[in-house]
Amino acid sequence: MSEVEHKALTPAPAVAAGAGVPVPKRRPRHYSVLTRRDKVLLAVMVGVPLFIFVVLIWAMALVSVVLSFTDWQGIGPLNFVGLQNYTYLFQSYPAFWPALSHNLLWLLFFVCFATPMGILLAVCLDRPLRGSWIYQSIFFTPVVLSLAVVGFIWELQYSPIAGNGFIDSLLSGTGLVSANSTPDWLGDPSINIWAVLVAASWRHIGYIMVLYLAGLKSVDPSLREAAAIDGANERQTFFHVVFPVMAPINVVIVVVTVIESLRAFDIAYIINHGKNGLELLSTLITNNSISEASLIGFGSAIAVVLLVISLVPIVLYLTRVMRSEEQ
Amino acid sequence: MDDQVTRREVLKKGLIGAAGLTVLPTVLAACSSTTATPTAAPATPVVTPATGPTPTAAPATPAGQLTGTLKIGSNHSDASELSGMKAINAAFAAATGLAPTMNTVDHNTFQDQINSYLGGTPDDAFTWFSGFRMRFFASKGLATNIDDVWATAKSNYTAGFATSVTGDDQHVYGIPVDYYPWCVFYRPSVFTAKGYTVPATWTDFIALCNKMKTDGLTPIAFSDKDGWPAMGTFDILDLRLNGYDFHIGLMTGANKWTDPKVTAVFKQWAQLVPFYTSGYAGLTWQQACDTLISKKAGMFFLGLFLTGEFSTVEKGTVTDVDFFPFPTLGNSYDAEAALDAPIDIWMVSAKSPSLAADLANVKAYMSFWAKGSTQVLMYKANNGFIPTANDADTTQYDPLTQKAVKIVSAAQKITQFMDRDTRPDFAGANGMQSFLLSFLKNPTQDTTALQASIQKFWDALPAYAG
Repeated sequence: MSEVEHKALTPAPAVAAGAGVPVPKRRPRHYSVLTRRDKVLLAVMVGVPLFIFVVLIWAMALVSVVLSFTDWQGIGPLNFVGLQNYTYLFQSYPAFWPALSHNLLWLLFFVCFATPMGILLAVCLDRPLRGSWIYQSIFFTPVVLSLAVVGFIWELQYSPIAGNGFIDSLLSGTGLVSANSTPDWLGDPSINIWAVLVAASWRHIGYIMVLYLAGLKSVDPSLREAAAIDGANERQTFFHVVFPVMAPINVVIVVVTVIESLRAFDIAYIINHGKNGLELLSTLITNNSISEASLIGFGSAIAVVLLVISLVPIVLYLTRVMRSEEQ
Repeated sequence: MDDQVTRREVLKKGLIGAAGLTVLPTVLAACSSTTATPTAAPATPVVTPATGPTPTAAPATPAGQLTGTLKIGSNHSDASELSGMKAINAAFAAATGLAPTMNTVDHNTFQDQINSYLGGTPDDAFTWFSGFRMRFFASKGLATNIDDVWATAKSNYTAGFATSVTGDDQHVYGIPVDYYPWCVFYRPSVFTAKGYTVPATWTDFIALCNKMKTDGLTPIAFSDKDGWPAMGTFDILDLRLNGYDFHIGLMTGANKWTDPKVTAVFKQWAQLVPFYTSGYAGLTWQQACDTLISKKAGMFFLGLFLTGEFSTVEKGTVTDVDFFPFPTLGNSYDAEAALDAPIDIWMVSAKSPSLAADLANVKAYMSFWAKGSTQVLMYKANNGFIPTANDADTTQYDPLTQKAVKIVSAAQKITQFMDRDTRPDFAGANGMQSFLLSFLKNPTQDTTALQASIQKFWDALPAYAG
């Protein structure tokens, strides 16, 4: 315990000492590592974020847990109903299991397809390539766009109305599919989740690419040279030299992918408020608790389920970080 | 990239991502109430909104000059409706010297945010819907009764309208300003060209659908991306098959969704689904209406507000659209000629910070809306909104509206629409909207499990303190 505290404190004196160097007037008789100003500064800089964190994150999360045991509708006194919200959610609510499986599908799709694609693009663009920045900009543009815009763009792409939707027009125009039987990308509940995953990946790939590219740029070039001298080909260099060196970035990528999958919301919500095959835990929360329905107690129960699921990767990540810090 | 910074960012993102979703209800509710009312900054820190009966306060006469402010929240976001609202506010300003501050919010967004809006800092008056949906919020103390306004206004209304704005506590909470019936729309030019006749019975209707199909038309334009349009078809089939009393009992929970009568409705509906627009689940009603306008679809069962899309898409062709009441099924309920004719109303909020100061102005505004001359201004902007007041100048109505008025007055029973006749938490996106979509996905299914699932959903809802 004391070791942890010590660890936590060490950066602060280092900063203080560093700041103190160019100021020669500093009085030497107080041999405290921290001046009063430092202490006030430290208190403010740690205290304010801590306060915000505790009040806006932990207190709110805790309130949600409490609310999940009530049938509160946003007004009036709290009426505790025990586990009723949870039993209904798990046993009878028809939208819950589809939503959960869609979230998991989202995660799988991102892990197996979107994230590797982003890494591949980053590796390709890391090489000396004429106009590399143009490609980077093209792939990164979707990340800059607001998700509302992304949703709108893809809604137009997928539109089933003849002559409106680009994809269906392309399919019928080239004669691949007859004009009367073009797929209903967003309305058909058996395929719309895939259509949305493509749209979401369009954005996610660019995000991962930029993260990974930044990491690749920081890899010491001498490592590659050494690998080349040892006769490793490009594939071997990447998998045996670059990839292991990139370990910290790899963890970031994994965590970002997991988080993006669990909090997937915008596109599905823009398309049809998350129903008819596009149920996600996040849209269920919104539809139940902040819509006209205002079933805040029930919505909170879904939120708690999502929190518990989210805790798994976070705990895994934190234990990994802490273990590596101890080493 | 700096390793430390990245880790910290990621950690932050991770925790916010996880915990953020958990706190979504509270945080977003807080956000939405502020975004919904950008103009509703508390002018005076009044903490005692006038609730409960105020029989002594005489309604302000609109003729007099008003001072102070008046904030109104409007869901009339479509271009035509917005111009109607502007005309009405200008007329109010001309009559009283007070120009209302209008806060217009997208129609669907307004609905989604209604709870946080009314529970937060709403405008003084707001647009809403009559029926259970009005009573629901009135029973939660989120609306101020306007018995005194109604006392002078009610002579201008028929009895049906009075019922539609009366709360569970017998106080009046709204001013009915317009209504529109749900009917089957078609283009007469198409019917003339192909030699179709308007079907009066179910058999004729199905025969016409088959004929249209062989003629290469989509017989019935249908869209359910927004979730609510399908409710209209359920309503009318239930009314035709099982009658008004059963339908209302179903909507209010007196009758069960597991009833075989509900099974019969789904069975009947399954006959229509093959005639629907393909890909309807991905279409908005505007997109489906465009297929009717472009003569690719033969008929469309929707509210009269659909004529607004006609005037938007093809300026000046609103003449080539007509409608007929949904066909009868040949049973004892045919005589009821019941239909959905939702009534839009204006309500006075309870939690508006400026309400106490503005109360006289709000009531003057409510009285103003209770006049036919005001409602006609909205009608002129969008023919889908039929005035409710008796003194509305009907000579200004086009033939379509006159027909609609005739159909509605011929109906012995009028319902509001599923999402207005039942509780809002039941009708939502992951409630009834999803249930109906899952029926439509496989219309020939055995609906027993689906009906049980609907009933379970109803039973799991918090008790309604009505």
